Amino acid sequence: METYKLVVNGHPMEVATDPGTPLLWVLREELKMTGTKYGCGIAACGACTVHLAGVPTRSCVVPISLVGRRPVVTIEAMTGDPVGRVVQDAWVSHDVVQCGYCQSGQIMSAVALLKAIPKPTDADIEQSMGGNLCRCATYVRIREAIQIASGQLK
Amino acid sequence: MRRNLQDGADPGWNRRAFLKVSAAATGGLLVSLYLDRLALAQEAASAAAPKVYPPDAFVHIRPDGTTVIQVNRLEFGQGIHTALPMILADEMDADWSHVVAELAPADAVYADPVFGIQMVGQSSSITDSFTQYRELGARTRAMLVAAAAARWKIPEGDCRTESGVVHGPNGRSATYAELAEAAALIPVPEKIRLKSPSAFRLVGTKTRRLDSRPKCDGSLKFGLDLDVPGMKIAVVAHPPVFGARVKGFDAAAARAIEAVRDVFEIPLARGTGVAVVADRFWPAKQGRDRLRIEWDLAGTERPDSGRLFAAYRDLARTTGNIAVARGEANAMHAIPESRRIVAEYEFPFLAHTPMEPLNTTIRLDGDRAEVWAGSQFQTSDQLAIAEVLGLKPAQVAFHTEMAGGGFGRRAVPDSHIQREAAAIAKRLRGVPVKLIWTREDDVQGGYYRPMHVHRVEVGVGSDGLPTAWRHVIVGQSLVAGTPFAPMLIKNGVDSTAVEGAADTHYAIPNFHLSAHHPASSVPVLWFRSVGHTHNTFVMETLVDELAMRAAIDPIAYRLKLLKPDAKRVRSTLTLLQEKAGWRRSVPREHAVGIACVQCFGTAVACAAEVSVEEKRPRIHRVTVALNCGLAVNPLTIESQFQGGVGFGVTQLMSKGAITLKDGRVEQRNFDGYCPPYMKDAPAAVDVHIVPSDDKPTGCGEPPVPVIAPAVVNALFRLTGKRYRTLPLAAL
Amino acid sequence: MAKTQGTTKSTVTITLWGLAVLALLLACSSRTASAQAASPERSSRIDSRTARVEGLAAWDQIYSVLTHPRCINCHTATNYPQQGDDRHRHVANVVRGAEGKGVAALQCVSCHQEANADTTGVPGANGWHLAPLSMSWQDGNDRILPSAEVCRAVTDRSKNHDLDGPGLLKHHTEEPLVLWAFQPGRGIDSNRRTLPPLTHDAFVAATRRWVDAGMPCPPIK
Repeated sequence: METYKLVVNGHPMEVATDPGTPLLWVLREELKMTGTKYGCGIAACGACTVHLAGVPTRSCVVPISLVGRRPVVTIEAMTGDPVGRVVQDAWVSHDVVQCGYCQSGQIMSAVALLKAIPKPTDADIEQSMGGNLCRCATYVRIREAIQIASGQLK
Repeated sequence: MRRNLQDGADPGWNRRAFLKVSAAATGGLLVSLYLDRLALAQEAASAAAPKVYPPDAFVHIRPDGTTVIQVNRLEFGQGIHTALPMILADEMDADWSHVVAELAPADAVYADPVFGIQMVGQSSSITDSFTQYRELGARTRAMLVAAAAARWKIPEGDCRTESGVVHGPNGRSATYAELAEAAALIPVPEKIRLKSPSAFRLVGTKTRRLDSRPKCDGSLKFGLDLDVPGMKIAVVAHPPVFGARVKGFDAAAARAIEAVRDVFEIPLARGTGVAVVADRFWPAKQGRDRLRIEWDLAGTERPDSGRLFAAYRDLARTTGNIAVARGEANAMHAIPESRRIVAEYEFPFLAHTPMEPLNTTIRLDGDRAEVWAGSQFQTSDQLAIAEVLGLKPAQVAFHTEMAGGGFGRRAVPDSHIQREAAAIAKRLRGVPVKLIWTREDDVQGGYYRPMHVHRVEVGVGSDGLPTAWRHVIVGQSLVAGTPFAPMLIKNGVDSTAVEGAADTHYAIPNFHLSAHHPASSVPVLWFRSVGHTHNTFVMETLVDELAMRAAIDPIAYRLKLLKPDAKRVRSTLTLLQEKAGWRRSVPREHAVGIACVQCFGTAVACAAEVSVEEKRPRIHRVTVALNCGLAVNPLTIESQFQGGVGFGVTQLMSKGAITLKDGRVEQRNFDGYCPPYMKDAPAAVDVHIVPSDDKPTGCGEPPVPVIAPAVVNALFRLTGKRYRTLPLAAL
Repeated sequence: MAKTQGTTKSTVTITLWGLAVLALLLACSSRTASAQAASPERSSRIDSRTARVEGLAAWDQIYSVLTHPRCINCHTATNYPQQGDDRHRHVANVVRGAEGKGVAALQCVSCHQEANADTTGVPGANGWHLAPLSMSWQDGNDRILPSAEVCRAVTDRSKNHDLDGPGLLKHHTEEPLVLWAFQPGRGIDSNRRTLPPLTHDAFVAATRRWVDAGMPCPPIK
């Protein structure tokens, strides 16, 4: 057991846990922030995507001991994020979700994409979103919603 | 959308009256043997009616005008959480902007009117509950009107309703919220009048889902997200070979982890396993990883995919139990070999892998239990948990949680997950426990779409149409040994294994279909569109081959071959012809494939534009035409079809197979069993609905079967090869 | 040197001179490769042949490391990295990206941190990324290139980021991703990843011998 100081969505937090515990489970169980999802545990699906110092990161494979001082941003902060909000609104207006379980990760990836490339091409979208698994296969509407969001970004 | 059990008690509706009213079966099939067992439980449940979980009625109007509508089955993405309330709210003339939907807990009142149990499957939600929910809405409206009329002392006929308000003459009005209490005292009317479809305000319109926002901001809690005070987490070490038992285990290393609380053997649906209970998921998983278990494999079958396929191929060369024997049994003899097609198909085990790993949370408290689960089969799951805990079902409060995908995986006749969780909860007595299946548990834990081999011989007439068809299907029965068996197995044929072939919409004379159902220790389960997953693939690739031989356009050929009464399929093929004109002018290196199906009442036809990229099919565009009768929510339908054809690509993925070697599943996670990602699914899907006022049928499963055959039909035009073994190897 | 009388004495003198010259030449040829004598003397040919043989032997050892999965999985000619001893395509459709670091929302560092994550099975080191395409030791069909081709790729300064012998030696000695290959951590099955056939020290030593020998490459067959 060790104590770790984190900054999550701008708030300083302290957790006591095993060094090898993935950030995902620290968020979900120590901090009770369940917006970030467990889908596979081997970084193959992207449901666990957070932003770590601005880098979209698969939190299921990052042990808490390797997070360091890098700020953590999760889906819960997207409503208050200018790009996050536009993406969420596009997702809602375009009726993207079905079961919704993968969508936290999809949105976190889409936000990272749009922050880096505000006007992505179809190829940009497919490459950046290409590692996020959706069993309901909402991919067609995800593509469209990203273009909608892109059109609404200043 | 979680119900808060603490808030406002009984809304005042007469639950028993609703019981009578809403349970009026529309006839149809009843799973009788199943019901015998369950009916007793249900009666006991309604008789005991403990305070811990009094089930709500279907509608609750809060003082602030919020209209809460109970959805009588699980929402796992298919959109009924929105569509069913739309139906009720429309007849009720509720204010849609104030409607909130909740997933109803397990209760007899929420049983599917046709199946008689609370369930979701076979794309039957709208089919079975359309009239039910209309009537509920109409009755609610009638009672509100009666209350207003009584208050104003005017005839009910002088009132009209609109958007949550009753209007009387001379400008009088009262909101539903104002009238709710008085309306609760009105006796539930037996006879009501439903709207004429032209009066629908919601039904038939593109209506956005009610559950989108919370699914986009991380606030919606799936079963896996629930946190019950004092909760522990359990994971179970399952046998590496189905049916094996624990011979002995060493838990010292596991117990050495501080947060691990208990390690013990539990019975499973097949064999036994070892449960690890910890304060948190990670130590539970670490604990399980450190267990040293000796397994007793004596008497286990040790199924092996290679050996099974060889055995199935042998069986496929013999006649099985007859499903269909139409026309002349020997018709094939009259057809020269040069006019016969012989085709063998092989399909592997498939895992559903819904995005949310399986989980159940249970707390046993003396003579009461509380369950939180995303279950497609609440009635039987509740019954199973009660059995394990030694309680009556009425003593088990069962909350239905939003689920991250189902596809059939959460509708399990043996309730194996619930039984596992209950066995652990029983031991923990008083401490709530959440059982989590990791993704590895899910991929390796069985309950797969069975593997199949087909052998088909087709005799072709001089007009290019089939004149004889001899078809043998080999595959495990889904329902043998379950309460569904008596209803679904006839003459030794499991109807779920032959649907899509036995009931073909093509007019094929001299049609002979038989099936073998070898037994195996591999647990099997219905997988989104069930028998259509393989039968439609066979039918639609063979029909394509026939069309090519006859040099007739594949849509025209199908139209020609259709039975005269296959109206829905005909309408979709006709609409597809109209909407897929682009198929005549695709780029070089692209080709188009066609396929159609009638699945659980809904007809679908599609055209897929395909090219080969990096040795895989790249699907550029799919045009879909469908006929589901009345389209309740065209927006949901569009999504279901866009997603469903993407889901259907599961069968084509290069790592789209579960295989066993000497009893062990060879895949463990998405690295070895790989469902479609964005680039594997069609890049664009346009959906067209045949306008209709017919009784609505479902849209969850119908999209799935058409895409795989359409794609390989296109591939044939690119490579000259027919692909009859799935998954697709490198092209 | 005093002249001596008679033929025998002159022969001895000349032989003594010859030996002295030979000794001198041997002394010269033992210096670094760039100082190799250009003399076509039979003695220097024997030296350079030995050096070449030793250098090629050292290259063989280097090649065995470079083509081990721990190294070659990122020295690909394709749009994607590989994983595992069977060198299968990396999960989650990760792609190279313009700089070998992945793409905007799916970067190498989206998963790979600064150190191995043994509890989750993800390897890590400072600056995880793909080797540039010019430094690929496989062909576009994931087939490992023969020794002669890899050697030429490694020594081609127009392709190897302008690394000379000392530069290559430094790369092998200090580069974090190279060092990682010798301490690759555990996979998701908790087993240690297999190691290259040499230790890091032996790899560096072999590199030094090869560089000293003039970085000879085997002939192309």
